[in-house]
Amino acid sequence: MSNTLNVDPADLSRDYFRAKAWRGHFRRPSVLPGFGLTFGFTLFYLTLIVLVPLSALFLKSIQFGAEAFWIAATAPRVLAAFRVSFGCALLAAGLNVVFGLLLAWVLVRYRFPGRRVCDALVDLPFALPTAVAGISLAALYAPKGWLGQYFADWGIKVAFTPLGIMVALLFVGIPFVVRTVQPVLENFDLSYEEAATTLGANRWQIFSRVLLPALLPATLTGFALAFARGLGEYGSVIFIAGNMPMVSEIVPLLIVTKLEQYDYTGATAIAVVMLMLSFAMLLVINLLQAWARRAEQRR
Amino acid sequence: MTRGTTENPWVRRSLIGVALIFVAIMLVLPMVLVLSQALAHGVGDYWRALSDKDAISALKLTLLAAAIAVPANVIFGVSAAWCIAKFEFKGKQLLLTFIDLPFAVSPVISGLVYVLLFGLNGWCGEWLRDHDVKIIYAVPGIVLATVFVTFPFVARELIPVMQEQGTDEEEAAATLGANGWQTFWRVTLPNIKWALLYGVILCNARAMGEFGAVSVVSGHIRGLTNTLPLHVEILYNEYQGLAAFAVASLLMGLAVVTLILKTIIEARTERAEEHT
Repeated sequence: MSNTLNVDPADLSRDYFRAKAWRGHFRRPSVLPGFGLTFGFTLFYLTLIVLVPLSALFLKSIQFGAEAFWIAATAPRVLAAFRVSFGCALLAAGLNVVFGLLLAWVLVRYRFPGRRVCDALVDLPFALPTAVAGISLAALYAPKGWLGQYFADWGIKVAFTPLGIMVALLFVGIPFVVRTVQPVLENFDLSYEEAATTLGANRWQIFSRVLLPALLPATLTGFALAFARGLGEYGSVIFIAGNMPMVSEIVPLLIVTKLEQYDYTGATAIAVVMLMLSFAMLLVINLLQAWARRAEQRR
Repeated sequence: MTRGTTENPWVRRSLIGVALIFVAIMLVLPMVLVLSQALAHGVGDYWRALSDKDAISALKLTLLAAAIAVPANVIFGVSAAWCIAKFEFKGKQLLLTFIDLPFAVSPVISGLVYVLLFGLNGWCGEWLRDHDVKIIYAVPGIVLATVFVTFPFVARELIPVMQEQGTDEEEAAATLGANGWQTFWRVTLPNIKWALLYGVILCNARAMGEFGAVSVVSGHIRGLTNTLPLHVEILYNEYQGLAAFAVASLLMGLAVVTLILKTIIEARTERAEEHT
């Protein structure tokens, strides 16, 4: 919505000279105090709490040597756990896109009783401790549970199978898609839809040709966020998963199991692979967000 | 709304219907279940489960961890937001990415890194043992893991808000002779108080509810290194369903209060934006 022509040329030249003035320096000069103190403290605290512990993990894996690392990271049980984690997180994130788009659409476009409560409830998975979500989902979907009994009638076992893992990841992923799509939908100019209507498009054509392309960057960001969260999720999954090695054992649980058996090499190797995947996801998410911002500005 | 930008009533009603059913099954039902299980044998048993000695010591530890982690991350968040939002310097983007790191890391790995650092086989393990300092399977480990997982919350809420407000007001204060503290307390803080409160609420909810990271460093020693979420797990695994859900209902209350406060603050911020 910003129009570059509105910028005062004087501002531009001031910014230009400001930028030029600190070229070759670490920071732009400012009359405000406190940079040294706050920057120093930020860096110190960040190093102490985050960077040193994370490098401890990488250093430990180097200490074990490449061969031990490779053997630990490619054991059949480890590979199976990665398959379960990836598969469930992907499918759950896909379902989250479907329901997330639907929820965002209904919350933004329609007015109905209970809308505000629904809107607030979307954040529940962020606020509810994962252990609480875990035990309540496990109880709900157990073969004799409130919901599990109906699935049992159809011969479907939800709790204690990979299907249960998906239910838990569906729960924790709900806010991600809704909260990334919602603001884009709120700012979407209705005149695009009106223009499409006057050109003779029907509602479905407008949705698939006008709205979906506009929502795509935000939707993909939401998908990536839900997927990344699903890969690392622990608390809400372990109660409902059944945790059978090779079948319904997720990667984070396998790390805990190895640690409890004092298998530090195994735990560290899996954790390093997992961390690399998380960093790759973080990069993808940052790129997607940059894309989404550019798409938003173009409109 | 004009015709052509809305659906026919039946489509609209069924979309709302599906959304409501989804919210009811996925979000409301788990909460109803927690309450109904917790109160399955009446208020008396519910109260007995909550006043159990181990439950109370778990509650105390949870409050302690949050009481350390939240202020620590508030100080960090304010300081990071001040240097990132009010100054231009090289490598800012990298610093922002580093601050976000704890959100990208699986909770289990957040706990593991401290075990590798301070555990018996860890980098500082022997030194700590010789000096009789216990971090892993003790309270300091739980506090550290909590600080790690809640690290970005306050900073992330404050940085965009302070960036949007720019530096004009602070620069005016500085040219009028205010020193740094005066500028912060009288000019910046009033502008960011709601964003700060928002960050604190989210940070606190995560600090009190964290499970994975804390579980790895805790060692699950009842009465000593058990937080409320860990206590829920122990009770559940011992088939003490009623007690597990009773303790869980406490944590659910925390989540509901968090959501209500969050909604109130969001409504306030929206109103404030409409005024300007």
